[in-house]
Amino acid sequence: MTANEVLRPYLAAFRARWLAMLQYRSAALAGFATQCWWGGIQVMVLAAFYAGGAGPASMPLHNAITYIWVAQGLLALLPWAGDPEVALAVRSGAVAYDRLRPLDAYALWYARSAGWIAARVLPRLALMAAFAALLLPLAGWPQWGWQPPASAAAGAAFVLSMLFGAALATALVMGLNIATTAALDARGINALATPLVIVLSGNLLPLALLPDAWQTALLLQPLAGLLDIPLRLYFGRIGAWALGLQLFWLVVLVALGRLALERCFQRLDVQGG
Amino acid sequence: MAHVIVEELRKTYRIAEREPGVLGAWRGLLRRRHRVVQALAGISFTLQSGELLGFVGPNGAGKSTTIKVLAGILRPDGGRVSVDGRDPFADRKRHVARIGVVFGQRSQLWWDLPVGEGFDLLRDIYRVDPARYRRTRDELVALLNLGGLIGQPVRQLSLGQRMRAEIAAALLHEPELLFLDEPTLGLDAPSKLAVRDFVRRANRERGTTVLLTTHDMHDIEALAQRVLVIGHGRLLADTSVEALRAQVQAVAPQLAGRAAQAADEDETQREQMAIEEVITRFYALHGATEA
Repeated sequence: MTANEVLRPYLAAFRARWLAMLQYRSAALAGFATQCWWGGIQVMVLAAFYAGGAGPASMPLHNAITYIWVAQGLLALLPWAGDPEVALAVRSGAVAYDRLRPLDAYALWYARSAGWIAARVLPRLALMAAFAALLLPLAGWPQWGWQPPASAAAGAAFVLSMLFGAALATALVMGLNIATTAALDARGINALATPLVIVLSGNLLPLALLPDAWQTALLLQPLAGLLDIPLRLYFGRIGAWALGLQLFWLVVLVALGRLALERCFQRLDVQGG
Repeated sequence: MAHVIVEELRKTYRIAEREPGVLGAWRGLLRRRHRVVQALAGISFTLQSGELLGFVGPNGAGKSTTIKVLAGILRPDGGRVSVDGRDPFADRKRHVARIGVVFGQRSQLWWDLPVGEGFDLLRDIYRVDPARYRRTRDELVALLNLGGLIGQPVRQLSLGQRMRAEIAAALLHEPELLFLDEPTLGLDAPSKLAVRDFVRRANRERGTTVLLTTHDMHDIEALAQRVLVIGHGRLLADTSVEALRAQVQAVAPQLAGRAAQAADEDETQREQMAIEEVITRFYALHGATEA
């Protein structure tokens, strides 16, 4: 089988989820409005914080502001919750049909969850870039806007790192999917994920602004690869080795996820008519 | 060699139980109680290539469980299952590429997408050759009268329309073996006839082996050459519809009821005993009604 034939079913699963999600235009617009509002508040809070002379040398104010806009634009990338379609399939028993596909179970759900994430992230990211990287500078407030990367190389490293970040986010969503399948319910695990994700990804505050003593641990934990590492690359404040760290976590999480899913399906009973 | 071999198949489910009320819920927090329910208690049968087998039994008898085991979705607790020499659960990926399954109570089409787009996705998921897919799809669309529905989102189909689309979806990859789990559930008379007619043609003209479960005994009467009756996870009969009727009528005098007496007195009346009557008596004879 050619590579194209191998990938065809998984690309189809990605496309199906993507197409189904794109109809939720008003959700994307409402999300975008909230993110502009929340991002604006965060920018003002940080500006006040830096005006007091408390900002660290590793992250000047204009970097911190850019960080916040990118973080808001990528809000939907973060693994807040498992794929609701998986949760629904587990509850309704439609998961039986997933078992009927002659495909790798992990890869099938991975492709589907990636489609779900991409369809939510890309429109919001485009809107946020238009607002913070184009509209704000044009309106005469470039210092409050999303500023260009440190160099062309930093920009390229950021794009690559974001792709790894998206793959990592999908692997984490898969972890939530698998926990949902094992528990037959999504609520508990999703409630647990939210506070961890908001802090450890850097979404609440850039990780560089958290206490110095925590910095090494914060950088090495897997959620840093979702947002914080790509942005450090964007600002040119970390070496390319950080890409290797993202890749390491990706491999570990996918391997663990595959094992867990296999075990989960070994004992999953699809009951009822 | 037989297409499907099932030997001494066993499957149990663990059912969580708790006492009713607030007190029961509190106790449940401390200690979970489970009851083990035997869904299949040793079922054996074989199925030859090209057969159309009807599978009946009261609710909870184990029909769907058997289909799920044969489809590779459930792992049996004991016994042996072999489909063309494959173990459905252990060899799942290879197995499911060659079977088609319709669960009457679930949907495999994408709720938000038009029917035709769902078909195209299944083409890619089963890696069907595009030219071959077009031929199969056009044939299925014509036979199941789906022409007007191809562009409609699945969520806007009626139950009868959706079931016809589901059956087409299960056959796009041209499986040799088709499992239909209550495909006529809730359908109106014309849709039922359309589904029956299609299943009969798929079996006769394409040689697809079909295993059909239903509670509509007319489905069985119209389609199945052979019928399996199960109750409480055991096989009660493996015979033709006619033999089943004869078996029930042989013991009919022992049973109370007007139809039984009439059947005893009048030979022609006996021939006309409704199939529902036959099967109800058969369940009663074997104590096979649901607990």
